[in-house]
Amino acid sequence: MTPLLEVRHITKEYPGCRANDRVNLCIDMGEIHALLGENGAGKSTLMKIIYGVVQPDEGELLWRGMPVNIKGPAHARQLGIGMVFQHFSLFDTLSVLENILLSLPAHEARDRLRVLRQLDDMGKRYGMHLDPHRPVSTLSTGERQRVELIRALLNEPQLLILDEPTSVLTPQECEGLFASLRKLAADGCSILFISHKLQEVKDLCQRATILRGGCVVDELDPRETDIDTMAARMVGSGTATHATTRPGVQGEAAISVHHLTLPGFSSHEVGVRDVSFTAYKGEILGIAGVAGNGQACMLRALSGEQLSQSDDVRIGARGIGRLNPAQRRKLGMAVVPEDRLGRGAVPDMTLVENALLTAADQGLVKKGVIQHGALRDWTSQLCKLFKVKTAGIDAQARSLSGGNLQKFIIGREVLQQPAVLVASHPTWGVDIGSAVAIREALLTLRDQGCAVIILSEDLDELFEISDRMTALCHGQLAPIKARQDTSVEEVGRWMGGDFSDTPPAAESSAIAAATAAHSDLPQENRHAQA
Amino acid sequence: MLRLERQPQDSRLMAWCSPLLAIALTLAAGALLFAVLGHKPLESLYEFFLGGVKDIYSVGELGVKVTPILLCAVGLVLCYRANVWNIGAEGQFIAGALCAGMAALAGLDIDTPWYAVVIMLAGMLGGMIWAGIAAWLKTHFACNEILTTIMLNYVAYNLLQYGVHGPLKDPQGFNFPESAMFNDNHLLPVILEGTRLHGGILIAAVAVIAVVLLLRYTHLGFKITVLGRDASAATFAGFGSKQLTWIVLLACGGLAGLAGAGEVDGPIGQLTPYISSGYGYAAIIVVFLGRQQPVGAVLASILLGLTYLGGETSQIKLGLPVSLTELFQGMLLFFLLACDLFIGYRLRWIPRVHPA
Repeated sequence: MTPLLEVRHITKEYPGCRANDRVNLCIDMGEIHALLGENGAGKSTLMKIIYGVVQPDEGELLWRGMPVNIKGPAHARQLGIGMVFQHFSLFDTLSVLENILLSLPAHEARDRLRVLRQLDDMGKRYGMHLDPHRPVSTLSTGERQRVELIRALLNEPQLLILDEPTSVLTPQECEGLFASLRKLAADGCSILFISHKLQEVKDLCQRATILRGGCVVDELDPRETDIDTMAARMVGSGTATHATTRPGVQGEAAISVHHLTLPGFSSHEVGVRDVSFTAYKGEILGIAGVAGNGQACMLRALSGEQLSQSDDVRIGARGIGRLNPAQRRKLGMAVVPEDRLGRGAVPDMTLVENALLTAADQGLVKKGVIQHGALRDWTSQLCKLFKVKTAGIDAQARSLSGGNLQKFIIGREVLQQPAVLVASHPTWGVDIGSAVAIREALLTLRDQGCAVIILSEDLDELFEISDRMTALCHGQLAPIKARQDTSVEEVGRWMGGDFSDTPPAAESSAIAAATAAHSDLPQENRHAQA
Repeated sequence: MLRLERQPQDSRLMAWCSPLLAIALTLAAGALLFAVLGHKPLESLYEFFLGGVKDIYSVGELGVKVTPILLCAVGLVLCYRANVWNIGAEGQFIAGALCAGMAALAGLDIDTPWYAVVIMLAGMLGGMIWAGIAAWLKTHFACNEILTTIMLNYVAYNLLQYGVHGPLKDPQGFNFPESAMFNDNHLLPVILEGTRLHGGILIAAVAVIAVVLLLRYTHLGFKITVLGRDASAATFAGFGSKQLTWIVLLACGGLAGLAGAGEVDGPIGQLTPYISSGYGYAAIIVVFLGRQQPVGAVLASILLGLTYLGGETSQIKLGLPVSLTELFQGMLLFFLLACDLFIGYRLRWIPRVHPA
């Protein structure tokens, strides 16, 4: 059988890097094909070439056996290639229907009734129900993704490209998405699924192409390959893919939050509502949750960038809610923010200057005078200990790759031997090798008696290193449970806003009960189960 | 067609070449201007910029012009480093001169040269109060400092007019809008025999050195730079932006106030309606031309000082109006801002693509 799409010897070079090097890829009709690789492996470039955004330097594309030169996204759509990007392009103030009509050619958009009928058909067929008249601003992330998906599907594509579609979803929402994708594939639509989450790929895909450094290193059947093997192929042999998990020894209370309620910085940002928890010395407390559920506000409240009532946040018995970040640092606090450039580090300052940003109390400033010698030594030591790859300590922060800069920032905070470390997405966008190093550093810090709080979307990571787990949803904190007493399913439910303590068997009644309490999110779950 | 493209990284080379290029373009445009006015372009340019500096007296005159510009500019370097866009050095200069003048007039009979210190401190205080108003408005009501400082310039100017036309007018002055002459004993001493160059230039030199040290070696200087480069990093690190805003504005106000005090208690010797020739505005150009570096500001303030001298020379020798000074200053800033665009952007020629 002729494959639907064949990519032959595609090469694309950017200044200073070969993004794709003689890449071959073959997608059959009705197949769900995974494209695996770390950040920077060349996945996005390949995807852009297939969707016509970028022209390859060499090589050719065969569509149904015929060579094609895809001139642009419009041409790609004409051929029957649809794409859902990781970042949505929806107008918040318009309704679902209006957003969909906007993406259609004028003559089709005029026939609203026909589009409504199509939406209804599609909803029934693929289990993707949406009220066409709801404003997009009231939709959850999962529902927004559904709008994007439906937009792509209205074009009746034969090949649908999904770029990391699950990075914004709870596990339950993922299940719903996968059910829809399987039905689509059964109807003959091929799917190119881009991800670096291996469990998902194993659950969903029939074939996987693994990219590393711009080259195809393997093509395999993920259903028959275990995850560690796939991970090893992705990162190359000899790289550890896991931190050695070990339980922590819980000590006395280090930092506690008491009925903290704060607004977000803007009307679009979720704040936190009545959050209480305690983090103990020698433990890692993992706070899961899809970004945008109050994590940013929580981090600011802990770091001191957003002030609260004095006793709402305490280190030991001392209320620190009114203290600024520098004062909190003097009490042993260290923070890794979610934004690296432009908050955790000043882009056009050198690494030396960026070390001084938060580490002044390490004897690097005496009586207001910067100790340049000590500062340079400290920075060199930091780069050496945390294997920061850089042209030198006088390199600008912006010149470092994301993973290296993250290692630098984590290292800067860890090296200060804090009593409390709060880290947001510590390994986000970091390659597996660096991620392992970062997790090891966090575990070591914990073993030395530091209380570590991690806010992350990555459940695998949280389950790997946390001693206790909870989740944030709509600014509220789920119950806190020891890692061994909870499960991915339960934390997933917490992330979706269902905090009830019920065994999985009674899940549907729990959702029904939660529906009464929360209006939009449980709807998600209901759809997911449909 | 030509297209302007964002460069991946700012060009450091261009950051330093831009002021030189701007000066070259200003000279070219100036030559053209002289030619259109019917003067020999090159000779007139020479006359304008260097014709005024030919003996020790005129070098002293240059120093007299450079002193207030440099003092204001050094303060503005701090403000602009912190992204506090203080346009009010002019107002702070006038407020300083006014306070210094009041102190001088109040102590006319005190018989010690050390009274000059009181006069200078009064000037410094005046400038700090004036800048403090803008700092208070910014930190408490989030008022944009660009607007408040510009408006405070006019308030200060009109306060000065009120003073010299009213309560501070010399009773024996034949109703001229001027204060009495200050006590000769209280004036800043002349430091170069045969010129008008006064002790203010030493104060300016100390200020330059202090700011260099502050920015290079102290934590406070680092905090100011971080606040300007990346406000959210400053918040993250706990460098209080309100506190830093107060510090830079008060420092700038103090220095501009000293500049004003040095003018009235030096070369002018009394309060008149025209104590500033726009030194506070010229200082803004100086800071941009000097790349927000104190040492750069020294070089740039000498250049701006030359435009002041040039205005006077060309009035005498070429019969051209003294506003030539402002014209050259304006061209300089205009070309500089235009050239600065190419620090972050570059021009590229893109052949027109004809649809196949």
